[in-house]
Amino acid sequence: MELSRLTIHELQEMIKKGETTSSDIVESVFKRIDAVEDKVRSYITLLRDSALEEAQQADREIKKGNIKTLSGIPIAVKDIMCTRGVRTTCGSRILHNYVPPYDSTVVMKLREAGAIFVGKANMDEFAMGSSTETSYFEITKNPWDLERIPGGSSGGSAAAVAADECIASLGSDTGGSIRQPAALCGVVGLKPTYGRVSRFGLIAFASSLDQIGPFTKDVEDCAILMNLIAGHDPMDSTSVPTSVPDYREYLSRGIAGWTVGIPKEYFIEGIDPEVSGAIEKAIKEIEGLGAKCIEVSLPHTDYCVAAYYIVAPAEASSNLARYDGVRYGLRSESGEGEDLLEMYKRTRSEGFGAEVKRRIMIGTYALSSGYYDAYYKKASQVRTLIKRDFEESFKKCDVILTPTTPTPAFKIGEKTDDPLQMYLSDIFTLSANLAGIPGISVPCGYTKAGLPIGLQLLAGHFEEGKLIQIASAYEKHSKTEKRRPEI
Amino acid sequence: MITKEEVGHVAHLARLHFSEEEQDKFTSQLNDILTYIDKLNQVDTAGIPPTTHAISLNNAFREDVVKESIGRDLALTNAPDEKGSCFRVPKVIE
Amino acid sequence: MEYEPVIGLEVHAQLLTETKIFCSCSTKFGAAPNSHTCPICLGMPGVLPVMNRKVVEYTIKMALATHCRINGENSFARKNYFYPDLPKGYQISQYAYPLAEDGYVDVETNGEKKRIGITRIHMEEDAGKLVHDENSPSSYVNLNRAGVPLIEIVSEPDMRNTEEAADYLRRLHEILVYLEICDGNMEEGSFRCDANISLRPKGEDKFGTRAELKNMNSFRNVQRALEYEIKRQQYILESGGEVVQETRLWDDSQGVTHSMRGKEEAHDYRYFPDPDLIPIVISGEWIEKVRETLPELPLAKRERFVREYDIPPYDAGVLTASRNLADYYEETVRLCGRPKIASNWVMGDVLGHLNEEKREIKDCTVRPPALAEMIKLIEDGTISGKIAKEVFEDMYKSGRSPKEIIEEKGLVQITDEDTLQKAIEEVLEASPSQVEQYKGGKDKLFGYFVGQVMKATRGKANPKLVNELLKKMLAD
Repeated sequence: MELSRLTIHELQEMIKKGETTSSDIVESVFKRIDAVEDKVRSYITLLRDSALEEAQQADREIKKGNIKTLSGIPIAVKDIMCTRGVRTTCGSRILHNYVPPYDSTVVMKLREAGAIFVGKANMDEFAMGSSTETSYFEITKNPWDLERIPGGSSGGSAAAVAADECIASLGSDTGGSIRQPAALCGVVGLKPTYGRVSRFGLIAFASSLDQIGPFTKDVEDCAILMNLIAGHDPMDSTSVPTSVPDYREYLSRGIAGWTVGIPKEYFIEGIDPEVSGAIEKAIKEIEGLGAKCIEVSLPHTDYCVAAYYIVAPAEASSNLARYDGVRYGLRSESGEGEDLLEMYKRTRSEGFGAEVKRRIMIGTYALSSGYYDAYYKKASQVRTLIKRDFEESFKKCDVILTPTTPTPAFKIGEKTDDPLQMYLSDIFTLSANLAGIPGISVPCGYTKAGLPIGLQLLAGHFEEGKLIQIASAYEKHSKTEKRRPEI
Repeated sequence: MITKEEVGHVAHLARLHFSEEEQDKFTSQLNDILTYIDKLNQVDTAGIPPTTHAISLNNAFREDVVKESIGRDLALTNAPDEKGSCFRVPKVIE
Repeated sequence: MEYEPVIGLEVHAQLLTETKIFCSCSTKFGAAPNSHTCPICLGMPGVLPVMNRKVVEYTIKMALATHCRINGENSFARKNYFYPDLPKGYQISQYAYPLAEDGYVDVETNGEKKRIGITRIHMEEDAGKLVHDENSPSSYVNLNRAGVPLIEIVSEPDMRNTEEAADYLRRLHEILVYLEICDGNMEEGSFRCDANISLRPKGEDKFGTRAELKNMNSFRNVQRALEYEIKRQQYILESGGEVVQETRLWDDSQGVTHSMRGKEEAHDYRYFPDPDLIPIVISGEWIEKVRETLPELPLAKRERFVREYDIPPYDAGVLTASRNLADYYEETVRLCGRPKIASNWVMGDVLGHLNEEKREIKDCTVRPPALAEMIKLIEDGTISGKIAKEVFEDMYKSGRSPKEIIEEKGLVQITDEDTLQKAIEEVLEASPSQVEQYKGGKDKLFGYFVGQVMKATRGKANPKLVNELLKKMLAD
């Protein structure tokens, strides 16, 4: 049995029993990386030397009986989370050489829990994309079919877990960037409630929508990572100062007597029949666990994409203004006698890719004089209505169940020339970010071609426990076979 | 409809530069997207307050106590151009 | 046609907090470039702002002192523009929901009282500093100042002449310094003023087109720039032209304003609510707690001084120019019980010496107990007022007590009648012709005799006694 294939909780047990060492696990993961990374391309930066060194240190601690939650476990983080002394690019040329002088809060928390960092995972540039194709560095391939995209924007984090290039990873989700790639890569991905996990050190895309969350091989690992990363951070004013439950306690509770809402607006034309088939099968299995499934309505669903593609670019246009070639990152100059304005424009035009520029343009336009009310304010009002839709529905049900994506993974290059089509691939995941609610994607089967399909579960604010409870019950009792990608 | 000239103006506000060809392409793509976004006008939002934070919170404060700064070296270590402990930029004319 | 200026002022005041508004870096002025910076105020990727509680408290203080309405919920917005001294490409400021609105400051110009409205007071972060090198094609960015807390105080366009504007500015400055929330230093930029000014025909209700004036770093320059601008706009209007709405920079060396046109594009700041910061909710309880910490404000103090100490309004104005000076005066009065004499001494000798040496009252070597003691020595006749000047001089230089000086120098006033009588006799004997003239009706010579007696006693004679004795002896 290759260690790289195991979960956090399985490896923890083995470490506790002395059946394996951190060095063995890290070596196993790098052996796997050596075998498949050329094909999958999950990482922008690999941290082989420091990881091996940290593993030896961890083994010394473990020998002394000093075992922490993630002692010796190799973890990957999306290259959007700042790591002190380790290059953090956000998938962009403009930060191709940026080395942060500080750690993001989540990285600090994982470090304190004993985690070993394998590398910085590839992503769409500034998390803007649904396919990891907008990365300046490389295109990550879907481990289930190397001609297809792994989803995005956290495609590297999802693919690395699916391909056993790490044991678990962190991603970030602004409009589905954890749940969508989790679904397309056949792993578990959770976006927490807005404010549940600190954003300090997370390079901002859209500040009111961004959240960090885990990618794991099963729901139990998801609970383990959530226990570590959730909680108030005085460095993030939007992080919520309420206590965090032990998410592992939700793992084996069952869902008898629950009500599961199925929003009628999510079962629309254009859903791949294999996807809807898998979801229908999952609904039956969930009913078999003692839950009642009812139809609910989220009337403003059709406006989610439009509202999102104003709010997110507006915030992004401002968040990305700091990349100006003055204090860090790329500076592009033609040379003699160039003035400041030319330096700005040259740096930003050469440093950002097309999708980032497109969103900066939409956002700048939406906030500009004369258009603010028609676009930004209007979208923010529609956002209120979307949030209210969920509040109404959660009066009638414990969780809401939807497909995570309308289709399985699409081909590389298939949607790159049609930004709007690309935006519409996030149609089921955006609403959770607009409403600030948590959502999880769990694998629920495969297409005939062998591509994974994801089931999305949504709950009210701070009810990640419920998501873990139902996802764990479904995972344990579902008859859906578990496969591994052949790379 | 956003015109090519408006695209040029917005690009300037955002400190981006486009070639003629790029500007044409962006104009057409932005129009596709904005046309789609126009569906927001179907929603009656009279009297609806805008949401800027999904979770309602208020009053997150820090006490007024100095903490050690990171130091000049780390502040400047990523600078593309620096001199005399300052970030150097092309001359700003005032 | 007669034109009337319409003036509104925007004041930026740096708050005297220990740390910056959104991070824990020191706000101390004058540190080595970029040494007071951290990832947050450098605007590094991934950082987030956290509000300094003291900034809110200081702003509430100013709002209360200027009779503003405090908004129970206020919040931050981003003002987006590119400039090398602005690390994030936006300034965190307050826009739609400022902390305070609708206040006023009372001013008195040439004896006339007037109320100047305050539109709003809001909190924001300062930008860094840009240094230009004339010999190189570069500018240099120092971000120590980036993130230092500012409040912006925007007045209504209520001022109608430059004196009113200058008075308003002085009152505002005085309040900020009294509250100890701003050091008020205009040269270092901790108190900055921009002005909006337009002209309109007298009697007209509508405002004319305004110019915005910047770069005035002293009270005098604000007044000079406004005076220049009134003349400039008047000239344009009288010659049938139109004033252009624009920003103009004051040029101190040439005494003129220059248009920034061409160098400054039409701004579109794209304000929107800052998603990284949450609203500030200020309860009535919080406001009351801050109110309890408010000191007596300059205007109230001035009125109380006139009432309580029976001194002229002018004196009260001088003595309340700073909190330390007012405290100095009050302490002196408390110890000597003679408000008018104390006022004369403080305004005269004390401030005279300090101003000459450009020192502040807190650095004055003569502390209130010593000054009060000296005043008492004059009152009880131990020393004369004239000798007191000499004593004060010594006190100021040496820091010694008046008693010590008087004893050492033998300056105690002569009140012994026999001694004085003897001295007068000697003076009269030495001036027979003057005595004759005096007796012949030349009354004015009385002063001469007093002078001679004082001279003979080296100033120590009690003047009152000398007068009495002289009158008696000359009448004989």
